[in-house]
Amino acid sequence: MNLIVIAIVVVVLIGFVGACILSFASKIFAVPVDEKFPLLRAELPGANCGGCGFAGCDDYANALVEDPSIGCSKCPVGGPAVAAKLAEVLGVEAGSADKQVAVVQCNGTKEAAKTLMIYNDIKTCSAAKQLFGGMNACPFGCMGLGDCEAACEFDAIHVCDGVAVVNRDECVACGACATACPNNIIRISPAKNIVVVQCNSKAKGAEARKACTNACIGCKKCEGACKFDAIHVEDNLAFIDPEKCKNCGLCAKECPTGAINNMRVKKAAPAKPAETAAPEQVEA
Amino acid sequence: MLTSLIVIMISMVLVNNYPLAQFLGICPFLGVSNSLDSAKGMGIAVTFVMVLATAATWPIMQLLYKFDIGYLQTIVFILIIAALVQFVEMFMKKSMPALYKSLGVFLPLITTNCAVLGVCILNITNNYNYIEALVNSFGAGLGFWFAMMIMAGVRTKLVDQSRIPESFRGVPIILITAAILSLSFMGFSGMFS
Repeated sequence: MNLIVIAIVVVVLIGFVGACILSFASKIFAVPVDEKFPLLRAELPGANCGGCGFAGCDDYANALVEDPSIGCSKCPVGGPAVAAKLAEVLGVEAGSADKQVAVVQCNGTKEAAKTLMIYNDIKTCSAAKQLFGGMNACPFGCMGLGDCEAACEFDAIHVCDGVAVVNRDECVACGACATACPNNIIRISPAKNIVVVQCNSKAKGAEARKACTNACIGCKKCEGACKFDAIHVEDNLAFIDPEKCKNCGLCAKECPTGAINNMRVKKAAPAKPAETAAPEQVEA
Repeated sequence: MLTSLIVIMISMVLVNNYPLAQFLGICPFLGVSNSLDSAKGMGIAVTFVMVLATAATWPIMQLLYKFDIGYLQTIVFILIIAALVQFVEMFMKKSMPALYKSLGVFLPLITTNCAVLGVCILNITNNYNYIEALVNSFGAGLGFWFAMMIMAGVRTKLVDQSRIPESFRGVPIILITAAILSLSFMGFSGMFS
């Protein structure tokens, strides 16, 4: 009997001392948390996917408290509904203006891009990449085996005629496809920029041209055509500064190979119905 | 004295390696070893908590022996380790935010880790004194970290990138990798008699 009493008393005492220490510690070591943080955190879905670019929902809520100007619309899981609620808590505009989309920087269609071999192995880009850098003559381009398609949880990217094509309406810019692509072709950029360089080849002009008829050959004609100093050729590849670009499309007209594409013009192209539908609606 | 400490250390890192020879702490060993970064974080966190838990549980055990209630060891240790991890988490959040950020995710995960509880209990059953117990748990933590890093390295290099037969993908190949690692660690088992 005595033993049982001692056991109970000792364990209860240890528990009690632990509880006291913890409750004091929570007072002493309390980190001041902004009152908005729990409200913001409650609105976020808690998927902790990292699609917003922060390490989980907690981190995004924290960043929003510190600087609301980073934007409420970064959560790809919650979408516009969550963005509106976050904006309500913070008392700011939802900021739908800075919508971003994934851009595939390759236009190496089956017709344009030459292949070196008939690849008949595991149907993933990362596997193909390990075999002599892929089956395409251009080692920078899209292999079209759909690693991005598998990575996308929003059904927004599809391989069409040997190249990945983004459905700009469905895309939430979570960046999963960009991470999955072994050639780093996919870039996340502002949706308002509809004139894009669809080539990733850093090979010299003649070499690039030989591998793909749609390749950027670094001729710098676009640099001359641009009135806003927005496009520059570096490492034999044109790059458009999204801040400076006014979507005039002059560079796309000037480009001798079709490496620069104006999404506005592309709605006439019959080959990509999924993509052409998107800009049409945006422009209308 | 010093030699016995060194022997304890080497024995815990190589011969009696927790995940690979004693099969303690298998859950994080298989679960968190998918990248070198998270393996490092987990390894450091486990080492840290093991030493702290031993520092706290060893004196408590003396108290339990004094009242002749040593059979309460398991439940009291769990209580103390859980409270300790909570306390350390709060303390780090306040005074070492950088460390909290790197360890923060892993700390709650190891509250009820069997390797942490195991090292505390084995310290008692092996009749170690306080210093030996601390060195033993530090060695156990290092051994765990070591095994995690090897496992994570193998997984990122081989398991995730090579062509594995479809039926072996995922958990099966990880278990096979762990088994082969464990087998290779058996080579150390004759080091001390």
